[in-house]
Amino acid sequence: MLKFVARRLGVMVLTALALTFVVFYLTNLPPNLEKLARTEGSVRMTDQAVADWIVGNGHGGSVFGRYAEWIGIAPGWTLTDEKGVTRGRCIAAGSDPAAAPNYCGVLQGEWGFSTVFKKPVLESVLQKLGSTGWLMMWVMIVMVPVSLIMGVLSGMREGSRLDRSLSIIAIATTATPEYVSGVILVAIFASATAGISPILNEWGWISGRTLFLGTATSAMDGITFWNFALPVLTIALYGIGYIARMTRASMTEVMTQQYIRTARLKGVRFRDVVLKHALRNALIAPFTVIMLQFPWLLNGVVITEALFNYKGFGWTLVQAAGNNDIDLLLGCSVVAVLVVLVTQLISDIGYVFLNPRIRLA
Amino acid sequence: MTDTTWDPTKPILEIENLSISFFTRLREIPAVMDFSCSVMAGESMGLVGESGCGKSTVALAVMRDLGKNGRIVDGTIKFKGRDLTHMGEEELRHIRGSEIAMIYQEPMASLNPAMKIGAQLAEVPMIHQGMGRDEAWNLARQIVADVRLPDPDRILQAYPHQLSGGQQQRIVIAMALMSKPALLILDEPTTALDVTVEAGIVDLVKDLGHKYGTSMLFISHNLGLILDVCDRLCVMYSGEAVETGDVIEVFDKMRHPYTQALFRSIPLPGADKNSHPLVAIPGNFPLPHERPKGCNFGPRCDYFQDGRCNAAEVPMFPVPGDDRHATRCIKWTEIDWDAPMTLKASKPKTPIGKVVLKMEDLRKYYSVSSGAFGGGSAKVVKANETLSFEAREGETLAIVGESGCGKSTFAKVLMGLETATSGSILLFDENVQSTPIQQRNTNTVSSVQMVFQNPFDTLNPSMNVGRQIIRALEIFKQGKSDAERYARMLELLDLVKLPRAFADRMPRQLSGGQKQRVGIARAFAGGAKVVVADEPVSALDVSVQAAVTDLLMDIQRENKTTLLFISHDLSIVRYLSDRVMVMYLGHVVEMGTTDQVFQPPYHPYTEALLSAVPIADTKVIRKRIVLEGDIPSAMNPPPGCPFQTRCRWKSQVPGGLCDIEMPPVQVLAGGHQLKCHLSAEVLAAMEPVIQIAAE
Amino acid sequence: MNTELLSWGQIIARILQQFLPVWIALIITFTVSIRYKRKLGLYGKLFDSPVGMVGFLLVMFWVFTAIFADFIITLDPIAQFGRVKNPLPGTPLVDPKDGQYAYFLLGGDHLARDVFSRVVMGARRVLTIAPAATTFAFIMGATLGLPAGYFGGKLDTVLSFLANLVLAFPVILLFYLLVTPEIRNTGIPVVLAAVLFIFPVIFFCTLFNSRFFTNPPKRNLYVGITLVIGLWAYFGLAFNLDPLGVWSMDPNLLNVFVSVVFVNSPTVFRIVRGIVMDLKARDYVAAGQTRGESAWYIMLWEILPNARGPLIVDFCLRIGYTTILLGTLGFFGLGVSPESPDWGSTIDDGRKLLSLYLHPAITPALALMSLVLGLNLLADGLREESLKD
Repeated sequence: MLKFVARRLGVMVLTALALTFVVFYLTNLPPNLEKLARTEGSVRMTDQAVADWIVGNGHGGSVFGRYAEWIGIAPGWTLTDEKGVTRGRCIAAGSDPAAAPNYCGVLQGEWGFSTVFKKPVLESVLQKLGSTGWLMMWVMIVMVPVSLIMGVLSGMREGSRLDRSLSIIAIATTATPEYVSGVILVAIFASATAGISPILNEWGWISGRTLFLGTATSAMDGITFWNFALPVLTIALYGIGYIARMTRASMTEVMTQQYIRTARLKGVRFRDVVLKHALRNALIAPFTVIMLQFPWLLNGVVITEALFNYKGFGWTLVQAAGNNDIDLLLGCSVVAVLVVLVTQLISDIGYVFLNPRIRLA
Repeated sequence: MTDTTWDPTKPILEIENLSISFFTRLREIPAVMDFSCSVMAGESMGLVGESGCGKSTVALAVMRDLGKNGRIVDGTIKFKGRDLTHMGEEELRHIRGSEIAMIYQEPMASLNPAMKIGAQLAEVPMIHQGMGRDEAWNLARQIVADVRLPDPDRILQAYPHQLSGGQQQRIVIAMALMSKPALLILDEPTTALDVTVEAGIVDLVKDLGHKYGTSMLFISHNLGLILDVCDRLCVMYSGEAVETGDVIEVFDKMRHPYTQALFRSIPLPGADKNSHPLVAIPGNFPLPHERPKGCNFGPRCDYFQDGRCNAAEVPMFPVPGDDRHATRCIKWTEIDWDAPMTLKASKPKTPIGKVVLKMEDLRKYYSVSSGAFGGGSAKVVKANETLSFEAREGETLAIVGESGCGKSTFAKVLMGLETATSGSILLFDENVQSTPIQQRNTNTVSSVQMVFQNPFDTLNPSMNVGRQIIRALEIFKQGKSDAERYARMLELLDLVKLPRAFADRMPRQLSGGQKQRVGIARAFAGGAKVVVADEPVSALDVSVQAAVTDLLMDIQRENKTTLLFISHDLSIVRYLSDRVMVMYLGHVVEMGTTDQVFQPPYHPYTEALLSAVPIADTKVIRKRIVLEGDIPSAMNPPPGCPFQTRCRWKSQVPGGLCDIEMPPVQVLAGGHQLKCHLSAEVLAAMEPVIQIAAE
Repeated sequence: MNTELLSWGQIIARILQQFLPVWIALIITFTVSIRYKRKLGLYGKLFDSPVGMVGFLLVMFWVFTAIFADFIITLDPIAQFGRVKNPLPGTPLVDPKDGQYAYFLLGGDHLARDVFSRVVMGARRVLTIAPAATTFAFIMGATLGLPAGYFGGKLDTVLSFLANLVLAFPVILLFYLLVTPEIRNTGIPVVLAAVLFIFPVIFFCTLFNSRFFTNPPKRNLYVGITLVIGLWAYFGLAFNLDPLGVWSMDPNLLNVFVSVVFVNSPTVFRIVRGIVMDLKARDYVAAGQTRGESAWYIMLWEILPNARGPLIVDFCLRIGYTTILLGTLGFFGLGVSPESPDWGSTIDDGRKLLSLYLHPAITPALALMSLVLGLNLLADGLREESLKD
């Protein structure tokens, strides 16, 4: 078991390095740096000045070297200009260059400075991550039980009317990406001119103009059902269909297995056949699926946060990318990659525990 | 739970005029028609027939588990006097598992992989007797001991995948016996197991049946097995029972042409490919929706009479004088049942020519990493150890052994799909042991070809038959133009006695036997000189087996082909091979001519193997030798002699030599080789396993 | 000049009328298919499953809409009509010219462009990019997945690691990094395109060579044709170097296209690899090996055709997924020109005033949803029917 975890960890570190390098490379392409130079310096800089700025701020040299500095396994750059002022990656403005540490990368907790938020990257990312954490928690609370129950119910009697209707619902929700379901949900529940809100308002059932709020900005300060239900539902809906279909497929396959027949012909009640014999075998596949959904849930998070104007991690990512905030974008990528890899590890280990067939001796 | 109204002298299971159909979108497919049979208390009833004859459907109907599409259209199934066909789900549930239990073909598939053995066993009395958990586990422990599994406590805590196939099947049997059912249904319980393991299971089933007084419905395609286990039998053909009666009576005095044809098509001791060839049943099994009018067997029957046999449905006729013997043949009183079978012209023996294939000291080792995730140290699996033999032109050399004996690895090495670790292979005096197939020249490749085991797998399902044969011709550089190759393909279809129209058929439109014929045609496309046949008929029905074997023999005679016939079925090996090589865990334990191998002295493993194979002949007296335990894994072979863990002769070897030392090869008279420590005296004193009683 | 809004009944009647060519085409397709369904293999069986039939209907509706888009649209999808922002459905045009359609059937967007025509034209855009990108992803996934599954070993380890790498990448991040105007200057999309677009050429050359190498004239003919057409298209699409100007791709589109293929192919790779690992143990594969067939013949002609069932099903699902991805890109305003009637960017435009004016966003949203739903239902129907008998 230990050996297995160690191997997995090794692959994970390798993956993390490869992925962060790709992100680093793509964010530090010359056009991006030139753009950065013009926003940091002045828009009317000459091409020569831009080139000088890039070299003078440690963005020159090989991309591998810079990547190593950023990670924190190579000493940060230092430069002494004509005036004798020494600046460097690890030297805070106005501090003593001699006292500065040699290494200051991601590993040392130096994630850089966000040009959009005017704050250290680590601080703003962690704060935004917290907001998104709440969102994800509620999404999971809604999505996982609903989808598993749907999947199991429709998979236990393949072809039944219940199965058919649940399957259609599941297919319909997977066919509705977040930006569509978000729009439709807002149209139905949070529009002053359409959907059910005007009717409810007319009847005097609701005091506000709309039943739910069309934005989740207020949820940053306090989560309520009315400001949070729509974003949570928007993300959860897409996932529900997908996981429910996985569970259904897995469940129908298990239900046709010989050992289910054995159980049935042992005289086991149908309810117990499902709960005691089928469920554990049927949940092995969806469990991995749920865990592997994270890279893709992130998609939903970004879209939904943009749609409902909820200032979380996804919103930050959009801001960083839209404003060429290289350090922030890198920070977001590191977090995203880590989240994905950790969930994959959990999924692998969980799989081993759920499936006695591959439990190691 | 016994029903007080049931009179124990009445049949425990009584099926009357049962008809079952499956309903698909297009049509109703009758699976079983007008089936009647009865099982008395303590009696074991065999249901025998070829695949698709409806025997398993009958079993599932008794369990009332026909699935969504299956329905009982007519007739009754009475269990202890109560009609099962009209029983509600809840009532059925009380009978299933407690009064009627079932044992299936695939033991691994019928155990829940995510539940401990103990929990799966204890569940039964907990449901039906309302037993407490501890008590149920104690009972489970006791029954596990009853099915002769070692260390019951460990087994109860194990998951199914931690047990071997034989052990799993014992657990399935234990599960069926947990609440001492009155009726046990066994659906091909040993088909997935090796013969020596099968023998143990069969013994167990028989003993437990007597011990618990359970009635049995035993379903099998193997007549020999039915003879071993059952008191009565019912022969089924195409959804109907064609003959039923006491086992001995039906075997010795069959009164239905199908039963007779079946017996003539299986290789019994005494059959011989040259002087007493098998008689295959002509034609094919009818598809369920294409059954003929009248007698279903009519179109394939030697005694068919137009206007009578195909006039109307044939009822069952009781055969007077015998105990509940009945036959579904309208002409049964007219046929002379004792007439000797009209012999097909006996064929000349193929002359054995020069040596074409010679293997010396061949070894094939694999290194496998243990553990599910590639961790742990690499292990070496010795798939083949010091294999030496030669095969001559026109000769049939049988390679016999059970799973894990290395016969398939040997075939791969010979074909060039794997290269040997050491040793040499001389093919037509050319050294090929280290030449993988990509580097062999077309001539060598086309002269060594293979016929595969599984007919459903041997042809590419998305390419028509003609194309597949033509492709082989193209690769073997036969024919100059497409037209020439097409003509050659049609000739090959003639060679394997298939209609030329089959060239345009897709494999799914062919029956198993026909696919196997196409496989043979493909193998001979390049004029193969050496053909490796890897269990070519073991997946086919008995009546088709004979025809395919015959075909192989005919082609061999014509082309002087060397046939390496890999099989675990000793009956067919005795029938067609000239020489036999017995393998166990990668070692050749015995080699000699067919007569030498099938007569004492034996290698102890050969002896057990011979005894384990059921023979469908009441005149054959067989010594029962049941091997203990399972075949050891090739990953983890025992020290010393590979067979020492299961050998009953071990005590005859002084000094515990078997545990320590690999036995040497002894060469007996006539070049008969044995790899055994037993002394010549002990070997000489061995008794034959099979004897045919004087008539 | 009239200022009356059309009633909803009138709007629906007019829309149904506009779609007339689509209705005719659908009726013909369905009548012919249902009549001959027993002779049409898996496609015919689709008409036995209500789910599959509904899915097929939805998909074909959009396919025919894309084909006949020029006849269906009422107004120029890019032009702006009048100064009134977000005109409601059924609003008449301020001063229509002669012969010009006089109403915004489904209203107008914030630039007073006709929503109906934009959605119809958007269908054409989606239905050319999504299937094409999916096809490329399949060819690339198959070309790499086949050897990975067949040979296993180190090759498999490396390729699987790479595939997992791409899969672990959050899609949205990848898009933000890959589909930017700046990246076009670096030439990375062209390099990626050069790699991705060579796969079909390699694929088809190997396909024909492995099969016909026994017959050199035939082989040379097929491989030659593939090379000529393939390389011609290759240089045109990837490098915009086609001397005849037949093959070319807008750099914007190229960027989007390449990214979508790149994101999709690892999943296809994994599916193909899995199927190959299952099928390679079959006896007909062993039969091919024992007669000395090349590994590529076995992969492409013995294994791949037998994997077609699950691959066709996945192909349908994947077109739907690609449609969603394209929408996502549009939604974030990535890589598509602001004028284009792309469904995703239309939704993005419309969402900003969502609580006041629904119609500019809801129409493309429903269009996208119905197409993807159709593809999913179709895949489900195909899966079910291919499993039967």
